Parts: sequence; C-alpha cells; structure tokens
Amino acid sequence: MTAEFYDEMYDASGALRPHYRLFAEWLAAMPPERLARKQAEADIAFHRVGITFAVYGEKSGTERLIPFDIIPRIIPAAEWAMLEAGLRQRVRALNAFLHDIYHDQEILGAGRIPAEQVLNNAQFRREMIGVDVPAGIYAHIAGVDMVRAGAGESYVLEDNLRVPSGVSYLLEDRKMMMRLFPELFSRHQVAPVQHYPDMLLENLRTVAPVGVADPTVVVLTPGAYNSAYFEHSFLAQQMGIELVEGRDLFVKDETVYMRTTQGPQRVDVIYRRLDDDFLDPLAFNKESMLGVPGLLAAYRAGQVTLANAIGGGVADDKSIYPYVPEMIRFYLGEEPTLHNVPTWMLRKPEDRKYVLAHLPELVVKEVHGAGGYGMLVGPASTRAEIEDFRARIVAAPEKYIAQPTLALSTCPTFVDSGVAPRHLDLRPFVLSGKSISMVPGGLTRVALRAGSLVVNSSQGGGTKDTWVLEN
Amino acid sequence: MLSRTADHLYWMARYAERAENLARLLDVSYQMSMVPQSVAAQNENWRAILALNSLETTFADVYNEVNVENVLRFMVSDANNPSSIYSCVRAARENAHAVRGAMTAETWESVNATWIELRQQDFEQILARGVSEFFDWVKLRSAVIRGVTFGTMLRDDTLHFIRLGGLIERGDNTARILDMQYHILRNGDDGASDFYRWGALLRSLSAFQVYRKVYRDAITPGRVAELLILRRDLPRSLHACADGIVRMLQLIANSASAETQRRAGVLHAGLHFARIDDVFAGGLHEYLTDFMDRIYELGEGISQDFLVPG
Repeated sequence: MTAEFYDEMYDASGALRPHYRLFAEWLAAMPPERLARKQAEADIAFHRVGITFAVYGEKSGTERLIPFDIIPRIIPAAEWAMLEAGLRQRVRALNAFLHDIYHDQEILGAGRIPAEQVLNNAQFRREMIGVDVPAGIYAHIAGVDMVRAGAGESYVLEDNLRVPSGVSYLLEDRKMMMRLFPELFSRHQVAPVQHYPDMLLENLRTVAPVGVADPTVVVLTPGAYNSAYFEHSFLAQQMGIELVEGRDLFVKDETVYMRTTQGPQRVDVIYRRLDDDFLDPLAFNKESMLGVPGLLAAYRAGQVTLANAIGGGVADDKSIYPYVPEMIRFYLGEEPTLHNVPTWMLRKPEDRKYVLAHLPELVVKEVHGAGGYGMLVGPASTRAEIEDFRARIVAAPEKYIAQPTLALSTCPTFVDSGVAPRHLDLRPFVLSGKSISMVPGGLTRVALRAGSLVVNSSQGGGTKDTWVLEN
Repeated sequence: MLSRTADHLYWMARYAERAENLARLLDVSYQMSMVPQSVAAQNENWRAILALNSLETTFADVYNEVNVENVLRFMVSDANNPSSIYSCVRAARENAHAVRGAMTAETWESVNATWIELRQQDFEQILARGVSEFFDWVKLRSAVIRGVTFGTMLRDDTLHFIRLGGLIERGDNTARILDMQYHILRNGDDGASDFYRWGALLRSLSAFQVYRKVYRDAITPGRVAELLILRRDLPRSLHACADGIVRMLQLIANSASAETQRRAGVLHAGLHFARIDDVFAGGLHEYLTDFMDRIYELGEGISQDFLVPG
C-alpha cells in the first residue's frame, strides 16, 4: 500500500488502521473462492430483486446493476460524531438561507453574497417569494457529498437539495451484507440504518399543512423509466404509502387529490422525485406530461406540502456553493466545522485566468451539472478534451466552476485482479422537519476503474456498505 | 388504492394467467398431434390456434406455412407476436415493474425471475429439450407466482384486483380452449382416438384426474363440457371463475360499480342454475361465445368503474 492517497483501511506506513483490525482478520481467513462466490451471489440477488437503474444516453429502457462491493467502508464512532455535527450545522444554515432569500433577503442586504448571484440564478423561483412553508423547511431531504482527501481531511463536495437519490442502495447494501456475512455483524457493533424509511415518513408527516391531523403522504415519481425508479418504489413501499405519477393526481379548488379505486382521496404531503420544472405545466415547463396542472397554486395556498420545496436548487447550485461557509456564519453565528473545497468561479476574471492556465491539473464542473455528466477531470483527460472544454469555458465562463483535483481517499475493493484500492466518496442523508435526523453513515460510492475519481453510478461507479462503529 | 396501481396489478395477473393458459393450450395441441392422424388434420388444429387469437394474418406475414414448428415458434418465442408466451410474460413483468412497490418483494421477484429465465432460453433450446418441458416450466412458474402472491400478500384490494384479473382471464381462456377443442373433436372422424384427445384436453386443464374422480366412468364429450362449464368445485371451470369474480367485485365495490356487479351476478346465476342438456340444446359454441362476450363486457365495466375512471 503506497501513501500516494489516504487509504481508509491502511495508514501511510501500510499498517492497519485500528477500526479495520477485526475486519482484516476475518478477510485474511476467508478463502478467495468463497469471497468470489459471495460476490457472485450478491450480483444474482441484486438482479433478481431488480435493483437496477436506467442509463441515460444508452438504448432507451436499458437497465443496469449498480455494482456492489463486499468490502465495507468503516467509519469510527468519533469521526462520525464530528461529521454528523458538521452536517447538521450545514443543512440548518442552508434551510435558513432558503427561507431568507424568499423572504427578507437579509444576507443579500448585508452584502455577504452578491445579490445577482442569487436573484439571477435560474434556480431562484420568484413564485416562492413570500410563500411560507411549514416549519420554514425547504430541504427536507439533503444528500451531502463528502470526500476525504490529502492527508485525510474531509471536504463537502456538493450539497444536493433537490431530489438527491441513493438512499435505497444504502439500505439494500446493508441488507445484502447481513445476508452474505452475518458473522461480521456479530463481531462488530455496526450502527443500524434500516429505520431510515420510518424516519423519513415521520419527517414528512411533521411538515404537513397546518391543521391536518393524520396527513396522507405520497411519493411522486416521473415513472418507471426514470433512472431512480427503483428507489422511488422502494421508498414508497418501505413507508407503506402510495407511489403516484402526475396523472394519478389532480387539483380541484386548490386541493390535491389522487384517483383511487374508491374515488378521489385528498393528498397532504408529496415527497416529489421530480424536478421543479416538471411539477406543474401551468406554472413551469408547459410541455411536461409528468406534473400536475394547478399544483403550484395549491402549494402556494398552503394546501399541500412539497418535499423538497420548490426553489431549493438555488442553494445547492455550484455557483452558490462557495458561499455556504458564509451562510453558516451569518445565520448561525458559528464557524463551519466541515470544509468546502477551494473553488474558482470562472465568471471572475482573475479566477478564470488562473484556471485556463492550469486546466490539466483541475476539475471543471458545470454550475448546473449533476451526475458526473458535463465535467472535466484535467489529469485524466486528453489534450483534445481539455481544449474542447477550454472553448466551452471561454464561450460561457459563468456556467463553470473549477476545483483542485482532490486526491480522494481509497478503500480496498474487490476487483477482477483481486483486492485493490479504489477511490470513494460518501453521501450522508440529512432529514429536516420539526427537527433534524439522520441514520449513521451514508451511501459510499466507489470508482471501480483503477485511478478513476468519478464515482457516479452513471459513470461506472459502484457502492459499498458503510459502517459506523458504535464503540 | 390508486386506480393506476389497480390497473397494473389487474393486467399483470391477466397476462400471467394468459401465458399459463397458452402453455396449456399449446401443450394439449402438441399432445394431440402425436395421436395418429393425417397431416392435414394436424395442421387444421394448428390453424385453429392461430384463429383463436385472430393471428392468421400476423402469422402469414412472417411464416409461409402452418405447421407444428412454425406455430410453436410463433406462439412461444416470437417477440413480435403480442400474444406469444414471450410477450405475455414480458407484459406481466412490465405491469409488475410499474407497481413493484405495491406488492411484496417476493411477488415481484417471482415475476421478474420468470422473465429473466424466459429471456435466457431461445426457441432452438426449447425445441431441443422438448416443448412439453418448456410448457411445464411455464405452468410451474405461473404456479410459483400465484403461490407467492397468495402466500405473502395482505388480504386487501391489492390482492383482490390481482385475483380479479386472473379470474377474468381464466374464465375467458377456459371457454376458448373448450370451444376450440370441442369443435375439432366433434369434426373428428376417428372414434378410437377420441379417448386420447379428450383425455389430453382434460389434462391441459388439470382436470383429468378430477374427471375420473367425479364421474368414475368413460370420458364422454357431454360430461367433459359439464365438468369444465358447470362444475363449481373445479378451479378452472367457468362456474368457479364466475363465483370468484362475483366475490371479488363485492370486496372492491365502489359507488360506480353497481351495474358491473349486477352483470356479474346474472352471469353467475346462469351458470349456477344451468343444466348441461340446456347448454347443448342451445348449442355449445353459441353458449361459449356468449360467455366470452359477457366476460369481455365485465372487463370493460371493471376498467371504467375502477381502473381508468373518467
């Protein structure tokens, strides 16, 4: 094991980190053919269960398995406690920011964030100005991407406040590990995560419109061909609530109903897995067949709660990301405990000059991009790819940000050639309602190609079970 | 329950049941084709299967001759034939996929695994192993899906719509198989082989042993019809299906469904109080055609009342 990257399992001298000791003993005693058999068993089981995702850009309807790796990513209790505190702080500030910019805009008035960055942002929804949402919460479900880099320090890579996905893999990975290797769980005190759906439902119920005692909560999906459809149906099933499509809902007198076999039934809270643009053809994208005409009006009238709220995208936009530490100071009067990755904003001439001169070493991202699409990883790109990106940046610099190429930490991973280190990240899920709740850990995504830093499932990434140890 | 969810569950069950009945029908035809008979008579039989599903033209577009192998290939594995076993299983799986969260994980997995396994078999392999083995596999998978569904799902509307879809389809399919085979058998000139042919028909509907048990006598066309139409305790009979349909409709009734329930009640009463002599007096073919029309109407009513409300 070289010390080129921080490794989750081994320290720089190649010695085992203490929290991996029991696992490493178990792994060493495990015959390789048994491991291979277990890995094959996992693949078959995932296929049978149909834990697949649709891949965009390939033949329509293509379903693929997200590779699951059987070597867990282990996080010691103390480290998780720090991460959790930092995540709670960050999400509290982000919600406060969203409430502020749709009401008094104090942070803009104080000059802490340039007003035009917020007000001219495509994700800023004027329709939301002055609208009061239950408990003042906008990002009910946040998926915050964390990485560890350099000598081991943690960074927030991005805040996903729109429709973050992946929690179903977190839960299925745990289920799979317990099925394949039950003996591991008797040797380790692994913090449980399987209560996430209960926590989510409880969280959604607490933000029901005022005066609704026993709210009807539903999951709104774009449909079976959406890449995250498995997760939508999984969560609806786990929570025991209806999975609806736009055509199952209608609005009458600013109230939302679903069409059931027993006639119309009122809906109070919608956990929507559909982007703002598609929610209501009367208000947003008129071509959208996925949404519900009149939904925005019902929402503004306070007759239904949307989770996440409309307009939250302005807070997780990559052009706003550099200001999150400032939000924490402004709204909470605290110093941020989680670090941001240093970010150059290409709309700024001096930043642009530096970035264009250093493209081969940097990562450049589209401000509105997601899922690992439309980004440049300088060190892993050909000269032609870099020049192509340079032209795109020069044509529209405000669309891009750049960051140093982080030396993401690695974790031993089961690959064709045996066990080898692969880069990974972590997406914890933070639930906000009357209070903030989370399950320990998150979804660990791993780049399966040697040397690759892109962990997105759409780009060949896999997942690992994530263990937060309780002792 | 969401109307769309009910719609998918209902059609999942219909397609799964249709795949099974198609396997039964093809199997009985295949068995009968082994009873000595002229090639012309044999091919007539296979032509009847195409006619049963109104597929003569679709078939003729691709195949130049009606024979055992072509019809089997077309009805078993042809992805372009919407009525093939392949297409039925795919449609069942797609409907299940659309509402997989509404059923137990085991139910979804049993449907999904059937589709995955079916996709891995091409027709040449199926032929090589013997088509009957394949038909047995289809029946077995259908039994697994049914067993897992009934063994794991809550007794609520989800299950009621699945059962309703299965019963509507089964009633229709039993009537079709009987109508077709009866027609062929009545026109047959070979008295000696009748025993084998009627026996095969009964076996295809899992009713051979039942017949022996109930009648303890020679197999006669009249009794076969009586068993498959009027016998309430034979699970694939028309009477049993009508029984189940009435019961399911009572369980899911809503403010719009009174007329559909009434029609189901009339259909059921007719079967309940009928005598086989009267059925034959009016013509068996006419009786079965009328039954299929009424099942079709019930399907339309169910769709309007529950599944796709205006």
